[in-house]
Amino acid sequence: MQVLFYIFAAISILSALFVVAAKSPINSVIALIVCFLSIAGHYILLNAQFLAVVHIIVYTGAIMVLFLFVIMLLNLNKSTEPQKSLATRVAAVIAGGVFLLTLLGAIKDGIGIAPPAAYDGSVGLVKSVGVSLFTDYLLPFEVSSVLFLSAMIGAVMLGKKDTSPQPLSGGKVLTKGAGTNA
Amino acid sequence: MNDIVTVIRSVPLEHYVFLSFTLFSIGLAGALFRRNTIIILMCLELMFNSVNLLLAAFSAHHGDPGGQVFVFFIMLVAAAEVTVGLAILVMMKRNVDSIDINQLNRLKW
Repeated sequence: MQVLFYIFAAISILSALFVVAAKSPINSVIALIVCFLSIAGHYILLNAQFLAVVHIIVYTGAIMVLFLFVIMLLNLNKSTEPQKSLATRVAAVIAGGVFLLTLLGAIKDGIGIAPPAAYDGSVGLVKSVGVSLFTDYLLPFEVSSVLFLSAMIGAVMLGKKDTSPQPLSGGKVLTKGAGTNA
Repeated sequence: MNDIVTVIRSVPLEHYVFLSFTLFSIGLAGALFRRNTIIILMCLELMFNSVNLLLAAFSAHHGDPGGQVFVFFIMLVAAAEVTVGLAILVMMKRNVDSIDINQLNRLKW
């Protein structure tokens, strides 16, 4: 059964590499969805069932659909985007590889962690996570709603068309209702 | 289900750490590698997820639901971040008619 972990790990890493390497943004999105589904598989193996469901709903269901929606809305599916210069790309790969080596070197003598706690089948179920969320972490939970409100307002402000008068355009200043009133 | 979980607990925690490091490095290299802003945002999501996976693994290791609550909050922040990021992307496409990250170099000097 341990082989399930390695299968999911291989799927995660291969699809993550494909996200970076794919020419078309649509292919990148599909690869990233595969990667997220395999990570949800990891969560289920860790008995974090609440996280697995929330991960699938939030990431695969909402965020990736948002990415796909933006790609199709802006018609970005061109595979002929300009590439960075070869030197920059080689430098990027080297930077990632050196970063990985640094992380691995930091833990090469073991991570010095306590032995695993006794197995408790209820950790990760909705009940235990929910009790923890609404007792110990109640304030961050409420603050995160303010974060969402500000994100929503920010997205609307950024996304709406700029209807302010444009002094450089010359001639009549167009206002928002000019077309419908005339 | 419980059989699977008990067997999976014999996977050493180091392997989760290695997997998470690898995913994070791929995301970091991808963010430097590509010029397409939407791909860079996706690489950020990849890095978020590698950290989430590590937190969930440690949480399961210690039998403490606090780590999973933390993952939940990271998901909230990631959702807010991607909302604003995609709105900025739409604005960028509208203003400079491109999503090439090199177009945004006016803050350079």
